[in-house]
Amino acid sequence: MPTINHYLMVTALVFCLGLYNVVTRKSAVGLLIGVELILNAAAVNFVAFAHFNGNDVAGSIFAIFIIVLAAAEAVVALAIVVAIFQQYHDIDTTKATLLKG
Amino acid sequence: MIALPLFGFFALLTVGSALIVSFSRSIVYSGFALLGTFFGAAGFYLFLSSDFVAVTQVLIYVGGVLVLILFAIMLTNKIEDATTSNPSLNRIAGAVLTFVLFLFLVGILSGTDWVVQDEEKFASMVTPIGNALLSSYLLPFEVISIALLAALLGAVVLVRREVR
Amino acid sequence: MFDKFIGVIPLVPLLPLIGAAINGFVSFRGWRPARSFVHAVACGSIGISFLITLGAFFHFVGLPPEAREMTLTLWPWIYLGAVHADVAFLIDPLSLTMMLVISGVGSVIHIYATGYMAHDKDYPRFFAYLNLFCFAMLLLVMGSNLFMMFIGWEGVGLCSYLLIGFWYEHKPNAAAGMKAFVVNRIGDWGFLIGVLLLFWTLFQLGHPTVTFTEIREQAPLLVGHAWGGVAVVTLVCLFLFVGATGKSAQIPLYVWLPDAMAGPTPVSALIHAATMVTAGVYMIARLNFLFSLSPVAQTVITTVGFSTALFAATIGFAQNDIKKVLAYSTVSQLGFMFGAMGVMAYTAGIFHLVTHAFFKACLFLGSGSVIHGMSGEQDMRKMGGLKKYMPKTFLTFILATLAIAGIFPFAGFFSKDEILWKTFSAGYYFQWILGVVAALGTAIYMFRLIGMTFLGNLHEETGGEKPHHPHESPASMTIPLMILAGLSIVGGFLGFPESLGRLFGLHHSNLIEGWLSPLFHHGVEEGGELGVPIAEYLLMFFSLAVAVGGSYIGYLFYTTRRDIPEKIVARIRPLYQVVVNKYYVDEIYDAIFVKNLLRLNQGMNLFDQKVIDGLVNASGLVVRIFSWISGFLDKYLVDGLVNLVAEATLASGRNLRKIQTGRIQNYLYVAVGGLVVAILYKFL
Repeated sequence: MPTINHYLMVTALVFCLGLYNVVTRKSAVGLLIGVELILNAAAVNFVAFAHFNGNDVAGSIFAIFIIVLAAAEAVVALAIVVAIFQQYHDIDTTKATLLKG
Repeated sequence: MIALPLFGFFALLTVGSALIVSFSRSIVYSGFALLGTFFGAAGFYLFLSSDFVAVTQVLIYVGGVLVLILFAIMLTNKIEDATTSNPSLNRIAGAVLTFVLFLFLVGILSGTDWVVQDEEKFASMVTPIGNALLSSYLLPFEVISIALLAALLGAVVLVRREVR
Repeated sequence: MFDKFIGVIPLVPLLPLIGAAINGFVSFRGWRPARSFVHAVACGSIGISFLITLGAFFHFVGLPPEAREMTLTLWPWIYLGAVHADVAFLIDPLSLTMMLVISGVGSVIHIYATGYMAHDKDYPRFFAYLNLFCFAMLLLVMGSNLFMMFIGWEGVGLCSYLLIGFWYEHKPNAAAGMKAFVVNRIGDWGFLIGVLLLFWTLFQLGHPTVTFTEIREQAPLLVGHAWGGVAVVTLVCLFLFVGATGKSAQIPLYVWLPDAMAGPTPVSALIHAATMVTAGVYMIARLNFLFSLSPVAQTVITTVGFSTALFAATIGFAQNDIKKVLAYSTVSQLGFMFGAMGVMAYTAGIFHLVTHAFFKACLFLGSGSVIHGMSGEQDMRKMGGLKKYMPKTFLTFILATLAIAGIFPFAGFFSKDEILWKTFSAGYYFQWILGVVAALGTAIYMFRLIGMTFLGNLHEETGGEKPHHPHESPASMTIPLMILAGLSIVGGFLGFPESLGRLFGLHHSNLIEGWLSPLFHHGVEEGGELGVPIAEYLLMFFSLAVAVGGSYIGYLFYTTRRDIPEKIVARIRPLYQVVVNKYYVDEIYDAIFVKNLLRLNQGMNLFDQKVIDGLVNASGLVVRIFSWISGFLDKYLVDGLVNLVAEATLASGRNLRKIQTGRIQNYLYVAVGGLVVAILYKFL
């Protein structure tokens, strides 16, 4: 049977790939995809810890909350992306620099 | 024992698609590769005896978030250049940074002695989740429902056109 | 032979729902099918519901009284720990009576509406709403637990809102719908608190349940439990009664019902006279085992009920809109029902509910026929002499009026007399006096209505304005009127008093008492079973005298001797003005609640403008003073030092703004870099 370290290794990898995605992508949607990877990795971690600690229900609850919050985040973020696109006709994050000092 | 090979399959699916997500030049491929990661994560949930979360993962992530992302891709890119429109910047710096972080994480993970119960338990989580959501986690549950509503309204407000 | 009907009882609410879905879909798509299709669906669905209900009723009549209760469970619904709520129907004499009224009177009104709404462009939408209402109302009365009742409760409120504002292009109609909805919400708030308090208390006692039959078993446990010095049962009952005052238009929440007359007249008849407004009465009857435990709540309910009866009756004197008179009359009659509920005369209350559904629906439909015949005119001062133009409407209207006035042997006499007798014999003398005066008022204003509308002379009334050309309504409208008028005549014999029955050698002549009383076995016991109940006879003759006297006064004042009311009005003009303006209750509510809410809003705004802006301005002033001082110092200090500082600030600003790239990635690099450093610091 896979042990807890198996899960942690895989999720650490996914987490780092998500982070890489977030720091390198120029497109706002690409950036969001990276965030989804990170959230998934975190959620699996929660469930893994809870499972190896007597199959606690808390892990599943946290995973559900993460999924719901991710959905809410995706909705709002993508709405912002669409709004930005309507404004600039582009979703390149390097170009939307209205807040630049 | 079939468990470990099956786990390996899911791990490969997850990590492989995450790699495609991160390194593909086409944002459409990135978006679709996300499907593999989500399914892999759902597989993990099943392994961790969280059947309900696995189903939720498929329903909400695959059915909701992924579709939403694909919609956003289609809405914000012209159809003709949708295939090659996921440019990156600072690839080297990003790769170095995340690789260093990954090394640190692996170091920490392998160096830690996790407290693990001797015996793994496998049981359906649907009933405990239902009871927990409506008893000990009732307040977070309600708060999150309000958050969802706020997100819904916010999204509508953000994308609607000005009505004059 | 009728037992087949029991199995198909779930169809009773389902059919109107299907009808609503079909017509709603048609309306939603903007289709314009033949009118016959629309009303075939609508009338057919509710009509079949009525037939099924009738079959089930006959089946139940054939059963022994103890067996007349069954729960039909469709599917499990809410299972949470110890709480079980199913989607289930409780079929017993009470719910069957209500189902018969809803589907029976509902069918008749549906048929009537095919004539009344014939020229409306939103024909399918109207019938969709009407069917949806029937569904919600049937759910309310058939539900076997508080949750299902609550869903029906909210559903009928929604349909009421939709139907009051049916002609929403006209702004006051939409506003009336809104008012009904908001006022009902206040009541619903009370209802929900009551339900939750009841549930919570039962939970504390270790028997959490929401099913009526189980609550009935647990109810005695509640006795002796207090919450903040008040018995829990009393609190629960009072909160539930708040809900009833909202839905059933009692003081202080009756204000929405007269405005609700903005809806089409069949709606007024079905929702705002016969069925929905009686939901509060039904709820109390359904939970009678709770209300019987709380004498305080009973006194409150009786007093509020009879006060409403009198209060609304007096307003009814001074209204000139034919539907407004009937609306206040409905409020008044509902007051009688609550009065009966409060003295534990549940059977009498339900009996009055049934007869009231007959004659008030008939009156409303009759007024609709008048309005139809007068091409939309609702002001009674412009009517008169309609007797010769609309003979069928007049005949049915007068029969229903005799019924509501309480003239023997029409339906209203038996039910109203039963209520007054039960109130008197329970010792609520003050409330009884209120009720008698209200009954007198009822007779007067109803005959005033008759006198102003049907008697006299049409052209004299219009006072030289362009004369209307009244015409009799089509058969689709007059036949329902005749059915309801017939029921108004014979309906009373369902509850023929035992004391009178004995005179004719009949035993158990009070059919409705025998039908319903097993449910309310702890209600008022029949007093003086033996011997001749002299007091009851006396009161019966007394109330009959009151009814006849009131009718005569009303007839006299508003037909042959119109000078008398004018003289009276001239004598008491200030009081009359108050009554004409409905005691200024709307204005008072407006001044107390609406205005203050708006004022609170404005206050917030003012606070924002004065205090917050004032603070901002004050800080601005402080800054100005300091800058003045520093400017003063500047003049006398070495400029070079200042310039040096300025230069340094500018230079650092120039350099630091490069960090603010506006690129999210750069920020992320810094964040992740910080994380790496933190890990390094921790582990190395």
